[in-house]
Amino acid sequence: MAKLKSTFLNMLLSLTLIALVAAAMLSGIYLLTQESIEQQKAEKQLAAISAVLPAYERIADPETVQGLTVHKAYTGDTFVGAAVETESNGFGGKIRLMVGFDNDSHITGYEVLEQTETPGLGTHIVAWFKNADKAGQNIIGRKATGAMSVSKDGGDVDAITAATISSRAFLEAVNKAYSAYTEGEVQAASGASQQAAPKVSGDSLSVTCACGKPIEECCKTKGTPCEGNCGDCKHDGEHQCKHNCKH
Amino acid sequence: MNKALKTLTNGILRENPTFALVLGMCPTLATTTSAINGMSMGLATTAVLICSNIVISLLKNLIPDKVRIPAFIVVIASFVTMVQLLVQAYLPAVYDALGLFIPLIVVNCIVLGRAEAFAAKNNVGLSALDGIGMGLGFTLALTILGAIRELLGTGKIFDFAVFPENYGMLVFVLAPGAFIALAYVMALVNKLKK
Repeated sequence: MAKLKSTFLNMLLSLTLIALVAAAMLSGIYLLTQESIEQQKAEKQLAAISAVLPAYERIADPETVQGLTVHKAYTGDTFVGAAVETESNGFGGKIRLMVGFDNDSHITGYEVLEQTETPGLGTHIVAWFKNADKAGQNIIGRKATGAMSVSKDGGDVDAITAATISSRAFLEAVNKAYSAYTEGEVQAASGASQQAAPKVSGDSLSVTCACGKPIEECCKTKGTPCEGNCGDCKHDGEHQCKHNCKH
Repeated sequence: MNKALKTLTNGILRENPTFALVLGMCPTLATTTSAINGMSMGLATTAVLICSNIVISLLKNLIPDKVRIPAFIVVIASFVTMVQLLVQAYLPAVYDALGLFIPLIVVNCIVLGRAEAFAAKNNVGLSALDGIGMGLGFTLALTILGAIRELLGTGKIFDFAVFPENYGMLVFVLAPGAFIALAYVMALVNKLKK
């Protein structure tokens, strides 16, 4: 077949035809692979969730808190922790993490979902902050404060050598996750207490600290030691106070 | 037969896309941070190169000269997207390693360069061989560069530790190291070819 001449009609027809065939093939491949790709993504997400959380029985439907996705885990009806998908801007692009917290704000684990940091430097975020041999850099098991920072910035987390920006970005993502977790947990707690109201109402409403004040006055923030003038309570029943504050 | 063999081996040394034609420098410099990354990128490019060479050689008489470049780009971009979707769906581990780089193949001038310089002028069989040869040459070059950079930068080759990471020269993993390594390997290849 002789080569087509470059007339207007030929050019138009040839390009249109090629584009149409290409589009048809692409949509075919897309439909073919879409299901598998979705499945891969879901599996990957589930794997990350179970990697960062303590043992749980079921995961509630994801919620969006402060723009982040929070997956809450339960054993029976007890809230055991939450995995938060969080992100921040690193040195070479977006860093996406899955961070797990138990029901007492301790960080139980993290997984890096996506990162484009410098190979050999920033990419160490994948394992650096869960090195159990180096307490300074390990954040697993620490109680999250929402204001973790690298030691260079006055914090108590050792940054990756020569990758301070990546380390900062990592901790920023963890802090964001914690903030979403605390807000999400408050909602979870209020939701749970409504559901379980008949069971615990007598318990949670009438609880007083050792000093005789209602629990609400002693424990202003859940999970923190008792505050205010309730000296006895702080001294005597910190554990109990914490526990009750969760309800 | 002789011509076929010559076409096949052409890309590997004499007209190696990286060391002789100096095409596709962006993916070369960006993806060779480790041997495995370089090799994966090379193989993905090879797949696209072979497909696009075959299709463009088949379509060469259907494409008027004045619109050949847009037509080639549409074909190449379609193949790249297909490769990306297929790898993502069926080879998730590979996709994790180089998901970011696959779309970069579209702008790799080797693919367009071979379409324009070879596939548009030769028959299907030779074009396929050219695609294989050029692809292998590119893969080889990227793997060598990746191995050198990984070894000097982190003390490993294909993740196999040769010496402790602390003694690595970090600059080789970073962008300047890519230029340095490329320059030395290119000089060496040129010396050997003489």
